[in-house]
Amino acid sequence: MRIAVQEEEFDLGAESNDFAAQDTANGAIVTFTGVVRDMAEGDLDVMEIEHYPGMTERAIAKIAREAKLRWSLGDVLVIHRYGRLAPGDRIMMVATAAPHRKDAFEAAEYLMDYLKSRAPFWKKEITTSGAEWVAAKDEDEDALTRW
Amino acid sequence: MDVLYFAWVRERIGLPKEKVETEAATVNDLVAELSAREDRYAAAFADLSALRVALDQELSDFDASLAGVREVAFFPPMTGG
Repeated sequence: MRIAVQEEEFDLGAESNDFAAQDTANGAIVTFTGVVRDMAEGDLDVMEIEHYPGMTERAIAKIAREAKLRWSLGDVLVIHRYGRLAPGDRIMMVATAAPHRKDAFEAAEYLMDYLKSRAPFWKKEITTSGAEWVAAKDEDEDALTRW
Repeated sequence: MDVLYFAWVRERIGLPKEKVETEAATVNDLVAELSAREDRYAAAFADLSALRVALDQELSDFDASLAGVREVAFFPPMTGG
């Protein structure tokens, strides 16, 4: 299990390759990548991501440990960036390795659902018309109830 | 204890972290104490349903006890991922 909370970019290809080059008992590898999206207005300059150093790593580790208890997983990788990002930049990635694909897919979705509303990150969108904190969505909170 | 603020709570109060000497028994007591200090605190804590609290880096509740707690953090609902 590897958890990285970092300001710098990550190499999606290299991370995916390293993660895939492991235990041959894992026949399924799922990766998810989150990218800074420019909303409908098309005027996003910067996405600023703030986090709570210390709690962030603890919260993600707790979510990953829970995923390993719920599904048969060989390994878990979570990389999440903070700082100033531009549209198209990769914000984060999650990878899961499991003997079977159902576990890998479900665990990746679980990790994403929990990272959205239980890992202490806050996003601020800076557009040509000003800066605004991204509000948490009810549907993100509701997504947790299915687990 | 250390009190930390994040995102718009930090901006509204105007600082990321401060040391607070308090006898507050619960988070709610601490919120009342801080809100009574200055308008910027009262404004930040006006609607607790829009806030979350962590005690020693674990998500908690506003009616939780502060006994033995060293670090309290206030922030809006998280938007990771």
